[in-house]
Amino acid sequence: MFKSMRVTALAAALMAATSLTAFAEVVYHRGNTADPETLDQHKTSTTYEAHILRDLYEGLVAYDAAGKVIPGVATDWTISDDGTVYTFTLRDDAKWSNGDPVVAGDFVFSLQRIMTPETGAKYANILYPIKNAEKVNKGELAPEEIGVKALDDKTLEISLEAPTPYFIEQLTHQTGLPVHPATVEAHGTDFVKPENIVTNGAFVLAEFIPNAHVKAVKNPNFHDADNVQIDTLFFYPTEERGAAFRRFQAGELHTNNDAPTEQVAFMKENLGDQFRVAPYLGTYYYALNHEDETLSNPDVRQALSMAVDREFLADEIWGSTMVAGYSFVPPGIGNYGEPAFADYMDMSQIDREEKAMELLEKAGFGPDNPVKLTINYNTSENHKNTAVAIADMWKPLGVEVSMVNTDTKTHYAMLRDRQDFDIARAGWIGDYSDPQNFLFMVESDNTGFNYSRYENPEYDALMDKAAATIDLEKRADILKQAEEMFMRDLPFIPLMYYGSMNMVSDKVAGFEDNLLNVHPTRFMSISE
Amino acid sequence: MHRYVLGRLLSAIPTLFLIVTISFFLIRIAPGGPFDLERPLEAKVMENLNKIYHLDEPLWNQYLLYLKSIAQLDFGPSFYFRDFSINELFAQSLPISIQLGLSALCLALVVGGTLGVIAALRQNQATDYTVMAAATLGVTIPNFVVAPILTLILGVWLGWLPVGGWNGGAFVNVILPVVTLALPQVAVGARLTRGSMIEALRSNHVRTARAYGLSAYMVIVVHALRGAILPVVSYLGPAAAALLTGSVVIETIFGIPGIGRYFVQGALNRDYTLVMGTVVVVACFVILFNLIVDLLYALLDPRVRYD
Repeated sequence: MFKSMRVTALAAALMAATSLTAFAEVVYHRGNTADPETLDQHKTSTTYEAHILRDLYEGLVAYDAAGKVIPGVATDWTISDDGTVYTFTLRDDAKWSNGDPVVAGDFVFSLQRIMTPETGAKYANILYPIKNAEKVNKGELAPEEIGVKALDDKTLEISLEAPTPYFIEQLTHQTGLPVHPATVEAHGTDFVKPENIVTNGAFVLAEFIPNAHVKAVKNPNFHDADNVQIDTLFFYPTEERGAAFRRFQAGELHTNNDAPTEQVAFMKENLGDQFRVAPYLGTYYYALNHEDETLSNPDVRQALSMAVDREFLADEIWGSTMVAGYSFVPPGIGNYGEPAFADYMDMSQIDREEKAMELLEKAGFGPDNPVKLTINYNTSENHKNTAVAIADMWKPLGVEVSMVNTDTKTHYAMLRDRQDFDIARAGWIGDYSDPQNFLFMVESDNTGFNYSRYENPEYDALMDKAAATIDLEKRADILKQAEEMFMRDLPFIPLMYYGSMNMVSDKVAGFEDNLLNVHPTRFMSISE
Repeated sequence: MHRYVLGRLLSAIPTLFLIVTISFFLIRIAPGGPFDLERPLEAKVMENLNKIYHLDEPLWNQYLLYLKSIAQLDFGPSFYFRDFSINELFAQSLPISIQLGLSALCLALVVGGTLGVIAALRQNQATDYTVMAAATLGVTIPNFVVAPILTLILGVWLGWLPVGGWNGGAFVNVILPVVTLALPQVAVGARLTRGSMIEALRSNHVRTARAYGLSAYMVIVVHALRGAILPVVSYLGPAAAALLTGSVVIETIFGIPGIGRYFVQGALNRDYTLVMGTVVVVACFVILFNLIVDLLYALLDPRVRYD
């Protein structure tokens, strides 16, 4: 009697539990670097803003869990023979969160809006391949002149300035996400407020409290809503990485896209598979000022690069969360083969040091006539440690290094204003998977990124030639020649390839490591 | 008394004006601007952004515009949190910081005061030494050490309390931040109370009270403590202003959306209006609390009058 009662009670409890799980709301607590500056996709530029915006909106194309480009609002597209006209067919069941259908005109409106100078879009230049986009953005043409047309509600035509093999990749960037025209017209800049916002992605914004969270809930009007497993999604700004790690340990965060590097060993030991390091599309480098008298000597630049023990930096300073980098374009990138690695990659550190000394001697330097250089870096424990380690590696060559540390804004303002410096730390994470997105940085007319003031007409000619080449294999060859020239002239010394670090709870499925470090929430699920 | 308060409040205006003026020009000296990114902007885009935020006008004009707008209690738009005005940000964060700071202040006053009195009554005994040793420890260990340790033990290992998050101010979420915030103040409060209490216990009016045969409770709480609390009050005034306007460390470690973090974020992002806004708010609190302390003096110490 007693026993059977217990069995009944147990069964009842089990049933209650099952019914609870069947109806329980699935909440995903996601740690995400920092607060978005704004939720207006056209005004954003960072990857942590992209994570949020790509969950709220769907562009013509999207990413799957593995970081591959998949159809988004567009089901398919055709490209004209000369590679300059893209015709997209939009899906019939694409809807906004208020029930309106997503039409080609929405994309025309959005692309005109981002290029209108009054919008103040910081990253509009990523879409400059679109015909007349640059002229519109610079106020030389009216927004209507941009090469984007709605042939009918479900057909969109985008014309380009020149064939651009990475154009589809570029459309995955958050700047390519559409806005809901009626909402923007009705509310102006306030269209991003939770009470006004209308989105077309898997989620819709519910709340944004700076320094607390961005809350989003499942969008029932999303065309693939049946397969979206998460009901409520919280993005937390996790600038304080130690605190985020403790919140992860306590189960308050399901994932976090960063980790305290000084605790890597501890995390590897204690978190096991829940701590993930994967290759990332980025390079950590030192820019060399080519207008500096000492650094204008190519032998000096080669010697400096050669003497850096990159394995030590990546493994000891960065706890194996970076990979030793011997090329500027990171390996694994799309539309390319193997990057142009430095020829001393396989030499031993001792041989390299010897060779470096010879080169410096040839340039007239040595222990009696030391090279004096300054390294500028922006505030961060790891940037400091890296600079100290490199200074130490250069010491045997008779290079005397002094260091200047400033906060990030000051550092980049210094580089932008072209103030005098010798060596400056910088890093670049690709916006899209194509070598052009790295090699364009040191074109002589790229005043924004060519911190080194590298001027080489041959290099520029190669980049122009690549831009005009439609055949992808030939184009890759030309770009590789450009990178070889880069590695010979060294406007930048590539030091390490970035790795992405993620803490991912065992409870989360569908969070796949990939080169672009993109993780759309719509493909994830959580089992408590 | 009313005239005194009014006079003090009026004299705050030139002080605030000076603070606003100095900080307005100081923040502009810092290199870089709010729209400087690693990827520099198109000249035309930068021009438009500057126009939207009046940054294209001469600095003098910007200063006058700013004065005009804060005179109407409008702190302007945030340059970094572009979906919010400074007023909106403060409306959200200031109540949270005040709630947190007030709770910590009460805790510090009650616990610190009690410990101080106990230590004074047991002067040079084991209890006294224990309290004072704990107080010294409380002052010397900074809260960026205490907070992670407490969260690690109570949150991660034992799982009793949440490690972070505000959660709308739920009681369990408030405990650790309040305790961490209060600890150094408890320590200082205990030390100050003990010192002045010992002095008060030896004073003439307490001896007289004892001679009258008053109960120990009356002697200690009514006669001795009233005088002994004065140094604590004068310390806690400015401390309260600091507590109520948020703590960068506590807010960052516990993920609390208070006003303290805006100070640092504003400065690092060159969010001029945000920096100015926090400066004004903190200045107001400091002025206000100094006034409150002076008024409390009159209330507690019969020798002080403002007529």
